[in-house]
Amino acid sequence: MEKTEITANQTTQPAAAAAPITSMAILAPAIGWLIPGAGHIIQKRWIRGLLLMVSIVSMFALGIAMDGKVYKANTGDLLDILGFVGDVGVGGLYILSQLLDWGRSAIAFAVGDYGTKFIVVSGLLNIMAAVDAYHIAIRRKQ
Amino acid sequence: MILALQLYHFSAAVTFAFFASIVLGITLRNNQREMVRYGLQCFAWFVLGMFLAGWLMWLLHH
Repeated sequence: MEKTEITANQTTQPAAAAAPITSMAILAPAIGWLIPGAGHIIQKRWIRGLLLMVSIVSMFALGIAMDGKVYKANTGDLLDILGFVGDVGVGGLYILSQLLDWGRSAIAFAVGDYGTKFIVVSGLLNIMAAVDAYHIAIRRKQ
Repeated sequence: MILALQLYHFSAAVTFAFFASIVLGITLRNNQREMVRYGLQCFAWFVLGMFLAGWLMWLLHH
Protein backbone atom coordinates (compact mmCIF):
# COMPACT_ATOMS: atom_id res chain seq x y z
CA MET A 1 0.00 0.00 0.00
CA GLU A 2 2.77 2.37 1.05
CA LYS A 3 4.80 1.44 -1.99
CA THR A 4 1.89 2.36 -4.26
CA GLU A 5 1.61 5.85 -2.70
CA ILE A 6 5.29 6.56 -3.27
CA THR A 7 5.00 5.56 -6.91
CA ALA A 8 1.96 7.78 -7.35
CA ASN A 9 3.81 10.76 -5.84
CA GLN A 10 6.79 10.21 -8.10
CA THR A 11 4.69 10.15 -11.25
CA THR A 12 2.71 13.28 -10.39
CA GLN A 13 5.82 15.51 -10.38
CA PRO A 14 5.93 17.53 -13.61
CA ALA A 15 8.89 16.75 -15.84
CA ALA A 16 9.56 20.44 -16.55
CA ALA A 17 10.11 21.22 -12.86
CA ALA A 18 13.34 19.24 -12.91
CA ALA A 19 14.60 20.91 -16.10
CA PRO A 20 17.07 23.73 -15.45
CA ILE A 21 16.22 27.19 -16.79
CA THR A 22 19.03 27.93 -19.18
CA SER A 23 19.67 31.13 -21.10
CA MET A 24 18.39 29.34 -24.19
CA ALA A 25 15.05 28.73 -22.41
CA ILE A 26 14.64 32.51 -22.15
CA LEU A 27 16.26 33.49 -25.43
CA ALA A 28 14.54 30.98 -27.74
CA PRO A 29 10.91 32.04 -27.11
CA ALA A 30 11.88 35.74 -27.07
CA ILE A 31 13.75 35.52 -30.40
CA GLY A 32 11.01 33.23 -31.74
CA TRP A 33 8.37 35.82 -30.89
CA LEU A 34 10.38 38.67 -32.42
CA ILE A 35 11.31 36.81 -35.63
CA PRO A 36 8.92 33.96 -36.50
CA GLY A 37 10.78 30.61 -36.63
CA ALA A 38 14.05 32.06 -35.29
CA GLY A 39 13.55 30.34 -31.92
CA HIS A 40 13.86 27.01 -33.70
CA ILE A 41 16.66 28.13 -36.00
CA ILE A 42 18.96 29.20 -33.13
CA GLN A 43 18.48 25.71 -31.69
CA LYS A 44 19.55 24.17 -35.01
CA ARG A 45 16.05 22.99 -35.96
CA TRP A 46 16.62 24.44 -39.42
CA ILE A 47 13.79 22.87 -41.41
CA ARG A 48 11.15 23.39 -38.72
CA GLY A 49 12.32 26.98 -38.21
CA LEU A 50 12.25 27.79 -41.91
CA LEU A 51 8.82 26.20 -42.37
CA LEU A 52 7.44 28.17 -39.42
CA MET A 53 9.03 31.38 -40.70
CA VAL A 54 7.69 30.94 -44.23
CA SER A 55 4.20 29.99 -43.02
CA ILE A 56 3.79 32.77 -40.45
CA VAL A 57 5.41 35.53 -42.53
CA SER A 58 3.39 34.47 -45.60
CA MET A 59 0.14 34.56 -43.63
CA PHE A 60 0.95 38.00 -42.28
CA ALA A 61 2.07 39.31 -45.70
CA LEU A 62 -1.04 37.92 -47.40
CA GLY A 63 -3.19 39.53 -44.71
CA ILE A 64 -1.56 42.90 -45.37
CA ALA A 65 -1.81 42.39 -49.14
CA MET A 66 -5.53 41.62 -48.79
CA ASP A 67 -5.95 44.99 -47.09
CA GLY A 68 -6.49 43.46 -43.67
CA LYS A 69 -6.65 45.64 -40.59
CA VAL A 70 -3.82 45.76 -38.05
CA TYR A 71 -5.31 46.46 -34.61
CA LYS A 72 -3.91 49.14 -32.33
CA ALA A 73 -3.89 49.17 -28.54
CA ASN A 74 -6.40 51.05 -26.40
CA THR A 75 -9.32 51.39 -28.76
CA GLY A 76 -11.65 50.50 -25.88
CA ASP A 77 -13.62 47.90 -27.83
CA LEU A 78 -13.28 44.34 -26.49
CA LEU A 79 -13.03 42.72 -29.92
CA ASP A 80 -10.37 45.25 -30.93
CA ILE A 81 -8.40 44.44 -27.77
CA LEU A 82 -8.56 40.72 -28.58
CA GLY A 83 -7.49 41.47 -32.15
CA PHE A 84 -4.60 43.53 -30.82
CA VAL A 85 -3.48 40.65 -28.56
CA GLY A 86 -3.49 38.33 -31.58
CA ASP A 87 -1.64 40.83 -33.77
CA VAL A 88 1.06 41.49 -31.18
CA GLY A 89 1.85 37.76 -31.20
CA VAL A 90 3.55 38.16 -34.54
CA GLY A 91 6.29 40.22 -32.84
CA GLY A 92 8.69 42.04 -35.11
CA LEU A 93 6.27 42.09 -38.02
CA TYR A 94 3.72 43.90 -35.86
CA ILE A 95 6.33 46.51 -34.89
CA LEU A 96 7.25 46.85 -38.58
CA SER A 97 3.59 47.28 -39.53
CA GLN A 98 3.25 50.10 -37.00
CA LEU A 99 6.41 51.81 -38.24
CA LEU A 100 5.42 51.54 -41.90
CA ASP A 101 1.74 52.29 -41.26
CA TRP A 102 0.44 49.04 -42.77
CA GLY A 103 -3.12 47.84 -42.25
CA ARG A 104 -4.66 51.25 -41.75
CA SER A 105 -6.97 51.57 -44.75
CA ALA A 106 -10.71 50.96 -44.45
CA ILE A 107 -11.77 47.49 -45.56
CA ALA A 108 -13.21 47.96 -49.06
CA PHE A 109 -13.41 44.33 -50.24
CA ALA A 110 -15.12 41.24 -48.87
CA VAL A 111 -11.78 39.44 -48.63
CA GLY A 112 -10.32 42.35 -46.66
CA ASP A 113 -11.90 40.80 -43.60
CA TYR A 114 -10.10 37.56 -44.41
CA GLY A 115 -6.90 39.62 -44.44
CA THR A 116 -7.62 40.80 -40.90
CA LYS A 117 -8.09 37.18 -39.78
CA PHE A 118 -4.89 36.11 -41.54
CA ILE A 119 -2.96 38.74 -39.57
CA VAL A 120 -4.52 37.83 -36.21
CA VAL A 121 -4.04 34.07 -36.75
CA SER A 122 -0.43 34.54 -37.89
CA GLY A 123 0.17 36.20 -34.50
CA LEU A 124 -1.52 33.37 -32.59
CA LEU A 125 0.42 30.74 -34.55
CA ASN A 126 3.65 32.61 -33.81
CA ILE A 127 2.89 32.40 -30.08
CA MET A 128 2.47 28.63 -30.49
CA ALA A 129 5.81 28.50 -32.32
CA ALA A 130 7.53 30.50 -29.55
CA VAL A 131 6.11 28.15 -26.88
CA ASP A 132 7.34 25.20 -28.96
CA ALA A 133 10.83 26.76 -29.09
CA TYR A 134 10.72 27.02 -25.28
CA HIS A 135 9.75 23.34 -24.99
CA ILE A 136 12.72 22.40 -27.17
CA ALA A 137 15.03 24.58 -25.05
CA ILE A 138 13.97 22.86 -21.80
CA ARG A 139 14.23 19.46 -23.56
CA ARG A 140 10.59 18.60 -23.14
CA LYS A 141 10.51 18.13 -26.90
CA GLN A 142 13.16 16.97 -29.37
CA MET B 1 -2.60 50.26 -50.04
CA ILE B 2 -3.70 51.08 -53.58
CA LEU B 3 -4.17 47.59 -54.98
CA ALA B 4 -5.36 44.90 -52.59
CA LEU B 5 -4.82 41.23 -53.33
CA GLN B 6 -8.23 39.75 -54.04
CA LEU B 7 -8.41 36.04 -53.45
CA TYR B 8 -11.62 34.11 -53.91
CA HIS B 9 -13.19 32.87 -50.69
CA PHE B 10 -12.19 29.32 -51.56
CA SER B 11 -8.55 30.12 -52.37
CA ALA B 12 -8.24 32.32 -49.27
CA ALA B 13 -9.58 29.51 -47.07
CA VAL B 14 -7.31 26.87 -48.67
CA THR B 15 -4.27 29.15 -48.26
CA PHE B 16 -5.21 29.72 -44.63
CA ALA B 17 -5.62 25.97 -44.08
CA PHE B 18 -2.27 25.23 -45.74
CA PHE B 19 -0.16 27.56 -43.61
CA ALA B 20 -2.06 26.92 -40.38
CA SER B 21 -1.69 23.15 -40.86
CA ILE B 22 2.10 23.44 -41.25
CA VAL B 23 2.42 25.35 -37.95
CA LEU B 24 -0.03 23.08 -36.11
CA GLY B 25 1.79 19.97 -37.36
CA ILE B 26 5.21 21.23 -36.24
CA THR B 27 4.16 22.61 -32.85
CA LEU B 28 1.70 19.96 -31.66
CA ARG B 29 3.58 16.75 -32.44
CA ASN B 30 6.92 15.38 -31.31
CA ASN B 31 8.57 13.49 -34.15
CA GLN B 32 8.88 14.23 -37.84
CA ARG B 33 6.62 11.45 -39.05
CA GLU B 34 3.82 12.48 -36.66
CA MET B 35 4.27 16.15 -37.62
CA VAL B 36 3.73 15.42 -41.31
CA ARG B 37 0.79 13.14 -40.56
CA TYR B 38 -0.89 15.60 -38.21
CA GLY B 39 -0.29 18.50 -40.61
CA LEU B 40 -1.96 16.58 -43.44
CA GLN B 41 -4.78 15.56 -41.11
CA CYS B 42 -5.37 19.19 -40.07
CA PHE B 43 -5.39 20.32 -43.70
CA ALA B 44 -7.90 17.61 -44.61
CA TRP B 45 -10.16 18.60 -41.70
CA PHE B 46 -9.96 22.28 -42.62
CA VAL B 47 -10.93 21.56 -46.24
CA LEU B 48 -13.64 19.09 -45.27
CA GLY B 49 -15.06 21.56 -42.75
CA MET B 50 -15.03 24.24 -45.41
CA PHE B 51 -17.05 22.11 -47.84
CA LEU B 52 -19.49 21.09 -45.11
CA ALA B 53 -19.96 24.70 -44.03
CA GLY B 54 -20.41 25.71 -47.68
CA TRP B 55 -23.12 23.12 -48.28
CA LEU B 56 -24.79 23.97 -44.97
CA MET B 57 -24.98 27.64 -45.95
CA TRP B 58 -26.35 26.64 -49.36
CA LEU B 59 -29.07 24.54 -47.68
CA LEU B 60 -29.96 27.33 -45.27
CA HIS B 61 -30.13 29.78 -48.16
CA HIS B 62 -32.51 27.58 -50.19
